[in-house]
Amino acid sequence: MDRLGEWLFFYLVFPGAVFAVALGLALSWVDRKVTALVQWRKGPPPAQPFWDVVKLLGKEVVVPEQGWAAGFLALPFVALAASVLAATLLWHAALGLPGGELGDLVVVFYLLAIPSAAVILGGAASGSPLGAVGASRDMKLALAYELPLAIALLVGVFQRRPLGGDEASAATLSLAGLLRFQELAGAVVERPSGLLALLVAFVCCHAKLGFVPFDLAEADTEIGEGALLEYGGPPLAMFKLTQAVLLATLPVLLVTVFWGGLGGAPGGLAAGAGKLVLLLVAMVLVKNTNPRVRIDQALRFFWGPVTGVALVALALARMGW
Amino acid sequence: MSDPASRKVIEIGPFHPLLEEPVGFSLTVEGERVVAIDARMDYIHKGLERLAQERTYDMVPILLERICGICSVTHSVCFCHAVEDLLGVEIPARAAYIRTILGELERLHSHLLWVGLAGHFIGYNTVFMWSWKYREPVCDLFEMLTGHRQNSALPIVGGVRRDLPVEYFPEARRILDELAGQTARLTAAVLDDPVLSARLRGVGVLAREAALDFGVVGPTARAAGLATDVRRDEPYAAYAEVEWDLVTRDEGDVFAKAVVRLLEIAESIRILRQCFDRLPGGPINLGTLHVPRGEGIGRYEAPRGEDVHYVRSNGTNMPERLKVRAPSFVNIPSFKASCLGAPLADVLITLAACDPCYSCTERAVVLQDRRGGPLPGAPELLAASRRRTAELARELGRPPDLELE
Repeated sequence: MDRLGEWLFFYLVFPGAVFAVALGLALSWVDRKVTALVQWRKGPPPAQPFWDVVKLLGKEVVVPEQGWAAGFLALPFVALAASVLAATLLWHAALGLPGGELGDLVVVFYLLAIPSAAVILGGAASGSPLGAVGASRDMKLALAYELPLAIALLVGVFQRRPLGGDEASAATLSLAGLLRFQELAGAVVERPSGLLALLVAFVCCHAKLGFVPFDLAEADTEIGEGALLEYGGPPLAMFKLTQAVLLATLPVLLVTVFWGGLGGAPGGLAAGAGKLVLLLVAMVLVKNTNPRVRIDQALRFFWGPVTGVALVALALARMGW
Repeated sequence: MSDPASRKVIEIGPFHPLLEEPVGFSLTVEGERVVAIDARMDYIHKGLERLAQERTYDMVPILLERICGICSVTHSVCFCHAVEDLLGVEIPARAAYIRTILGELERLHSHLLWVGLAGHFIGYNTVFMWSWKYREPVCDLFEMLTGHRQNSALPIVGGVRRDLPVEYFPEARRILDELAGQTARLTAAVLDDPVLSARLRGVGVLAREAALDFGVVGPTARAAGLATDVRRDEPYAAYAEVEWDLVTRDEGDVFAKAVVRLLEIAESIRILRQCFDRLPGGPINLGTLHVPRGEGIGRYEAPRGEDVHYVRSNGTNMPERLKVRAPSFVNIPSFKASCLGAPLADVLITLAACDPCYSCTERAVVLQDRRGGPLPGAPELLAASRRRTAELARELGRPPDLELE
């Protein structure tokens, strides 16, 4: 019973739902503020993302007549639940919280695929032609970035390097194990293979977040938010919260697998926060200095150069570079 | 993918984030490929031609500034051109320079507006915000010189209504200098951006032949290799006296259209500087003019291309008929040549690339046969139009333009 209580606390309060949502909303404010500064605007006050969600929660739930109502309404909650679980596992490992190991890289990888699957199904369930176009784009995009992302994460797993006359290798899928290895042998990103893998994973996470140039599934000036077109009120708020939680999760994934985690000591924690903000600001800058690409260009980009670089990084990692 | 069952209709409009005005595009898509387009343009008919027929020649230019939200100088000056054509008068040199200044300021802010919107349409909101930030001082300058950011109420038949305040010219030059640097950087950034190139090159190509077939005008034509510009072909105002280059590109794609507009911004700044330096003295209008019976045609190079106004007078102080043909009217149908078969994402930026202006284009045609017979088709309408033209020519006592069979 004690274990269960502890897990529930992790999942619902810290570092799960409450923490991840609050941090995600704060980070989405950073996104909006930095975007505004780049664009010569003033930007919103810090609480704006929070009030946006509150406003959506107070709105009427409208379900399109021609759609699949149950799926349409349930999927946003599935997306949020999955992203919060991924956030819990990652933050738990990255902060080195007590209570043993909760999950590994494979679980996190699958959990992080659920939100986009939910958006795809939700768009299809809405019965709107624009939703269908958005869902189809999102599906192609997910197929495009999941492969290089998986290869890039494996680079972290296959790390090996000489250590005190012996050879150390990560060879684990456990998040805590990956962190322990980096503590011993140095961060993955310090090696050529790790740096390349981090770049690949960064681009893939950028696409996972649906940021420009990979916002083609929502593309408001083309297909008017695409899969989210028919959503409004609380279900839309759930998708917005999912987005915020992912914003607080994906950089942690990158930091955990490639950059030595967030660190337990206070000084280490500040450095960890710095890494997160650095990754986030880099994403916001990429987002604001590019136009949206077409879906065929995105596919060619991810399956061509990005996967190529990921494979090179994997080969380098096997060779101990 | 050519299975008709997989076809879907995607409605762009009448209200849509892509559109700054209400218009309806129905795109039939197979997957993401657009196989048919239907356009509906009947949401914002304002009846301005009819209203113009109830106002005196002095009042009409002020009314016509309201045809378009951007081309306010265009329509009022084009109307003045038509009436001056009817009268057979030349406007004073100072008025010609002032009209040139107004026209080029309008071209500046219109092109900057388009660059921003184009950026927004392809999700590049930084370009959107920067471009509109650069546009602000141009509108401020317009206000400084005329008292209003858009509608100057300056053009009148025979010249301009008020003189420009010369004490603001130094400030105007300063704004232009600053803008020249900013737009040069913006142009370089757009031309060098590899992602923009990948996104816009070879997209929505309007080949030279298709451009000729559709009779497109303005930057849409110049980007397809047609060196057409009323300012060069039939110089009005001060365009024959200032130095400037006609910008053309041969590719005909969206990127070429963007390049033409960006380079025209630099040309506009060049023209404006010369006008501020050389503004001649003398009267600014011809005083009160009596408009006799007759008809006149006015042409004007709007930011979007050639604008044409037709005016018929019956000798009273109000036009008997005014007909406006805005440049978008000929540019919009060219999507049939540039969009079909392209992916949805490309079609939408192509639709926006001719800088369509719907409230300028909006003209109601009501076909109604009270006897319940079949509606007339294109040949019958053309024949009716020719008959009417011949009748008008008879009324006005001039030889007919067309020989009727």
